[in-house]
Formats: sequence, structure tokens, C-alpha cells
Amino acid sequence: MKKTLKLLALTAALAVTGAAASSAETVKVGIAAEPYPPFTSPDANGNWEGWEIEFMKAVCAEAKLDCVVTPAAWDGIIPALTAKKIDMIIGSMSITEERLKTIDFSDKYYNTPTGVIGTKGEDIKPTPEGLAGKTVGVQVSTVHQAYATKHFAPAGVEIKEYQTQDEANQDLAAGRVDAVQADAIALDAFLQSDQGKACCDYKGDVAPDVDVLGPGVGVGLRKGEAELKEKINAAIQAIRENGTYEAFSKKYFDFDIYGG
Amino acid sequence: MSNETTHALAFSPEDLPQAESFFKPHRIVLIALFVGLVLAIAILMRWDWLPRYVPRLGSGILVSLAMLFSTSILGFLLAIPLGLVQVTGPWFLKGPARLFCTVIRGTPLLLQLWLLYYGLGSLFPQFPTIRQSFLWPYLREAWPYGVAALTISFAAYEGEVMRGAFAGVPEGELEAARAYGMGRWTMFRRIWLPRAVHRALPTLTGETVLQLKSTPLVATITVIDVYAVISKVRQETFLTYEPLLLLALIYLCLTGLLVLAFRYFENRIPTRGA
Amino acid sequence: MDSFVNWSLLALSAPGWGGLLLQGFVHSIEIAIGGYALGLLLGIGGAFGKLYGGPVLRDLLECYTTIVRAVPELVLILLLYYAGTDLLNQLLGLLGLGAVDISGLMAGIFVIGVVQGAYSTEVLRGAIKAVPAGQIEAARAYGMSPAKVLRRITLPAMLPYAIPGLSNLWLIATKDTALLAVVGFAELTLVTRQAAGATKAYFLFFCAAGALYLALTLVSNLIIGVIERHARRGFVEQR
Repeated sequence: MKKTLKLLALTAALAVTGAAASSAETVKVGIAAEPYPPFTSPDANGNWEGWEIEFMKAVCAEAKLDCVVTPAAWDGIIPALTAKKIDMIIGSMSITEERLKTIDFSDKYYNTPTGVIGTKGEDIKPTPEGLAGKTVGVQVSTVHQAYATKHFAPAGVEIKEYQTQDEANQDLAAGRVDAVQADAIALDAFLQSDQGKACCDYKGDVAPDVDVLGPGVGVGLRKGEAELKEKINAAIQAIRENGTYEAFSKKYFDFDIYGG
Repeated sequence: MSNETTHALAFSPEDLPQAESFFKPHRIVLIALFVGLVLAIAILMRWDWLPRYVPRLGSGILVSLAMLFSTSILGFLLAIPLGLVQVTGPWFLKGPARLFCTVIRGTPLLLQLWLLYYGLGSLFPQFPTIRQSFLWPYLREAWPYGVAALTISFAAYEGEVMRGAFAGVPEGELEAARAYGMGRWTMFRRIWLPRAVHRALPTLTGETVLQLKSTPLVATITVIDVYAVISKVRQETFLTYEPLLLLALIYLCLTGLLVLAFRYFENRIPTRGA
Repeated sequence: MDSFVNWSLLALSAPGWGGLLLQGFVHSIEIAIGGYALGLLLGIGGAFGKLYGGPVLRDLLECYTTIVRAVPELVLILLLYYAGTDLLNQLLGLLGLGAVDISGLMAGIFVIGVVQGAYSTEVLRGAIKAVPAGQIEAARAYGMSPAKVLRRITLPAMLPYAIPGLSNLWLIATKDTALLAVVGFAELTLVTRQAAGATKAYFLFFCAAGALYLALTLVSNLIIGVIERHARRGFVEQR
């Protein structure tokens, strides 16, 4: 009995130290564990690539942080941040009042319009009247879901919510929803794919609503981490000024997505 | 799965506590501590979101229960031929039935669900005529896929149970039925099926509780059951503990009610030494 | 004309996704093994607590098994993964030990292990109760210490009763790992969804993942058959 107790105590101690050892100086950067081209998408080797990954590398190099990409489920990414499973969120997360109640944001690092895509040939306009009686797909926990619930649902539009943007696009191609509302760039990436070209086209941008859609996308941080926030903001400003931002953005876009 | 395993996995009528056992001294102290804990949770944690969501929670619970009962009944109906054919059937029915049960029981339900919904969904753009067919309104919605996947899964597990039940009915009774000149269908209807169902009943109640534990998975294909409603609460309030604790409580109550109902019916159905 | 199915997507090295799928499969197996082992440990403790422990311990264990057996695994996984690890970190913080970085693998094993623990408790309790009381009495009459009785009589004698249940629990553990996809852990089902999403070949990848799980089940069944035959040697079924 005594031997077993000693053995158990030893194993527990090892486990704690083993776990603690890995919490050294690395900063875990949370991204959504789903393909979201052109910002983040996995390649066949399991490595993540995309505009946002390049942005993360540039910011981390500038701020001298050892960043590790940590995919997390999108609908649990904020609880993961507050529970310290991850230390930052770089997942195209828009800065909104609602989110600011729980977490903090860095300065914005891009701002693009919100658009609607729909089945080719269908008369769909990105307005409450234009979508009345139709089904719109959105991803959960996004500003697009909030926007659709606020503006489209009262006009008689059915909202279908998906765990990932990818699934919403998939169901649009399958014909289960008539339209999908999301970030214009992400939607454009889908329309460039074979499947997107065949099924759908861009119906237009939605009417702006800064309260719901936010002033842009920022890096999600825990409240009270002023030092980290300083570093990130300084790094963002630095890469905007010294041309790094422009350099890697050129590979993906031919316009400046920083926005006004 | 055998009866013992089902009993290990699902809360069963035998586990319901007896009323007298609540009055032992240690139990009264534990109950007092538990009530204290519940009160602490109710007072100290954030519940201001609850009134907004009560109607949605109600409809979510109804959807969950609808999924449970429809798929259990349909699955059981499908399990009867599956089990029977593995005991009697010609080889060209027995083989596929065995294969079906093995494949469905050997792969996770989540995978089957996503395969049905997204896999079939990816075929639709390639066959445009589907959209004009009468099935389209059902293929468009998410709940038929949920019902289909849960039914198939339940049928595969129950098929095994029914196989054992059909095989376990004493041969003598079937011989006696034949000696009476009963046709095969009459023998099945009046002797074999009722006796097999009686044998399988305890396991079936456990399996229905297990089916309730499988229903939340349909929320991942956009069916709005109680799990999906709580997920929405989590996403809108960013709370970690409160919504999940409420969800666990809801399922505890649903399971408890289900098990009580089963015990009531079990006591009313005469089982003369099955 | 192009083949209906683009088999090259399953190739083991890039640009085929087969290698990534196999990596996810290995992760799944790792969590299943770790969770199953943890579950067995918890189950042995729980079974003995329920059979020989005091009334308070028995009631607490009853709460544990009831909650796990009545609440869906998906909800338990969410609870343990988010609330459980948060609670653990807060406890450690109170004790002054600082936040421990619980890796995804550890969290997955913890979650599956706790769930399996409740199931194992019930299976093992039933199996131990089935050991003929006379054998235990005889062992005690011989003066064997409780630990010796456990090691030489109870555990070997209960194995034939426990193996069918425990083997089912292993199969359940392998399939429950798929639920970890909902919390974003990179096991086979999530990787399959990512690959399917990136290539749009949903049918192909989900069927491939299904084939992998099926292979695991069939191989497990073979091994379980061998173990069962070995454990049942010389065993007379007590009716």
C-alpha cells in the first residue's frame, strides 16, 4: 500500500512538472481549426498557411515573441482564451462592443466589407427585402450572425447557423441555403474555387452597421494583459510603417485590406 | 451489447433510489450539502440570460425528445427484420445484414452523421435533377439526415440485441406452434416476436437512454435541439460554467423522467419467466 | 474522362491528404489508449469504493456514475474540457502552483478517462460481485492480507466476467474520441473534416475515415477474442 502511494505521488509529480515544463515562454496563438481561405487554411502536410499566418509571423518576429499556432474550435475560442488555453486570437475576429465586455483587442489590422453570395441566376439582393422568404447561412459566433439576426431575421429571412464558414459554403453549393453572408474576401476565395464558380456569384455588400460589424479585425487578448497588448500594437504599427505588411499582402491581394 | 454492458453505460430503472433510503443520517447531511451547493450556484453565478432563452430552451427540448422517440421507434422497427434475418434468413440476406451491423457499429455516429449530411450534400450540385424531385424539400432540411443517421445507428445496435433475442426463444415453443399447424407468419406474429421482445425489453430500455445521449450530435448539422440552444447561449454570453451546468441538469432530468416512465411500464407488462 | 473518385487525394505525402489522416488516426488511438487506461484505474478505485467503502464514499461514487451515465458524452466532454480544465487551473492557482499548461492530448485523455471511469466502475463492480463469495472467504481463512486477496484471487477471478464489458468499453472509447472534434482537438474526425473542406471531396474523405475506424474495430475484436480465450481457460460458467 505504501509503495503504491509513493508510486502514485511520483507519477503525479512527474505529470505536473512535465505539463508545467511546456508552459515556458511560448505564446499560443489561437486560430480557428477550419479552412478559412485566404486567411488561414491547412495544407496537406498539416501546416497552416495564409495571409493571417504571414501576419502572425511578421508581428511575432517584430515583437520578439515565440508564437505557436494552436488551432481551437471557433465556437469555444473565447472561452479558450479566458481559460488560458491560448494567449492570443488571430482568427479574423472583429472588434465589437459585445466581445469587448469579455476580452480585449489590439488595434485593428484589417477591415474589409461584408458581402452576400447566392445561387447563380436567383434574384437575391443583400437587403432585408431582397432576402425575404429565403434562407441565409452564417457561421456561429460571428458578426455576420449578429448582423443577420438583427437586420434579416425580422424581415422574414430564415437564418441557418453553421459551425464553420466552410460548411455554410458547402450547403450553399448543395442548394440547402439560398445565400451566405460573410467577409467579402473570404467569400471571394470561395467563388474562385471550382465549386464556387459553378454554383454561385457575388450579390453585393450589405449596408454598413458599425455597431454590429465593428470597425475592423483585431488580435484578441485577455483583459489585463497591458504589456502584451503594447507589444502587439507596436508591432502592428511597425510592420505597417516599414512595408512588411504590404510585402506579404501583395502575395494575396492587389489592394490594401487595412481599410479606412 | 449485452444487458450488463448496456446497464453499465446507461442509467437504468434498477438504479433509481428508493424513497426510504433518503433518511439515513449521512445521506441527510449530503443532501443538505448538495442543496447548499445548488443555492450557491443559483445565487453567485450569472443567470440573467436565462429568461430570454426559456422559450427557445423549451422548443429545443421538444426537438430533442422528438428525435429520441422517432428514431427509437423507427430504429426498433428496422431492427426486427435485421435481427430475424441473421437467425433464419437465406445467406444473401444474412450476409448484408451482418455487414450492415458491423460497419455501423464499428464507426462513430458523428462520422456517419457528417457523411450523410455533407457527403450527400456534396453530390447534389452534380445531379441537378434532384432539386426538381418531390424529395427536395426534405433533402434541403437538416432534420431528415439527423433522423436517418440516428435511426440507422439504433437499428444496427438493436439488430444485434434482437438477433440474440430471436435465437434465445426456446426452440420447443416454435415447434409446438408448428405442430399446431400455424403458418410461418402466424407463428412469428403470435409466438416468436412477442417472446423475443419480452427477452429484449430490459436491454431496450437501456439502449433508449443511450439513444438520448446520442441525440445532441444532430446539433452539429444545424438541427436546433437543446444542445444547440445552449451552444448559442455560450457563444453570446461567453460564459463557461452556467450554460453547461444547466444543460447537464436538463439531460439529468430528461433521463430521470425517461427511466421512471420505463420502470412504470415494466411493472405493468407481465413477464412470465422470460 | 476523369475517374469519378480522385484517389490521389488520399496519397500518403503532399499534395495527398492520406498522411495527415493517418496522423490524426494515430492521435485518436493515443487518446483512446490513454483514456481507456485512466478509465480502468478510476474504475478499479471506484468499484472497490462502491463495494467496500463507507456510506459517504459510496454515495459520492454513485453521484459520479449516475451523472456520467445520464448526461450525454458530448456535454460531458464540453464540461470537462472547458469547465474542468479551468477549474483545475484555478485550484492550482489557489494552491500557489501557477497555471499548468494542459496540452490538448492530456485534456483529451482526461476527458475520455473520466467518462470511461464511470463505465468501468459499473462493469468491474458487477464482475467482482460475480466472483463466488466462497473463494474470497477461503482466501481470508488462509490469512491472506486484503492486498493479497485482491491480487491473487479477486482480480484473476473477475477477469472472465469483466472482459466482455471491458472490451465493449474499449470500442466505445475509440468511437468517443471522434466527439473531441467538437472541441477542436486534431484527431481523425476533425482532420477529415478539414481535409474534406479544403478539397471539397467530402464523400471520399469521410468514407476513408470510416474505413480506418472500422479497421481499428476489427483488429480490436481479433485481439479481444484472443484475450478472452486466454482468460476463460479452465473457467466454468456459473449460472
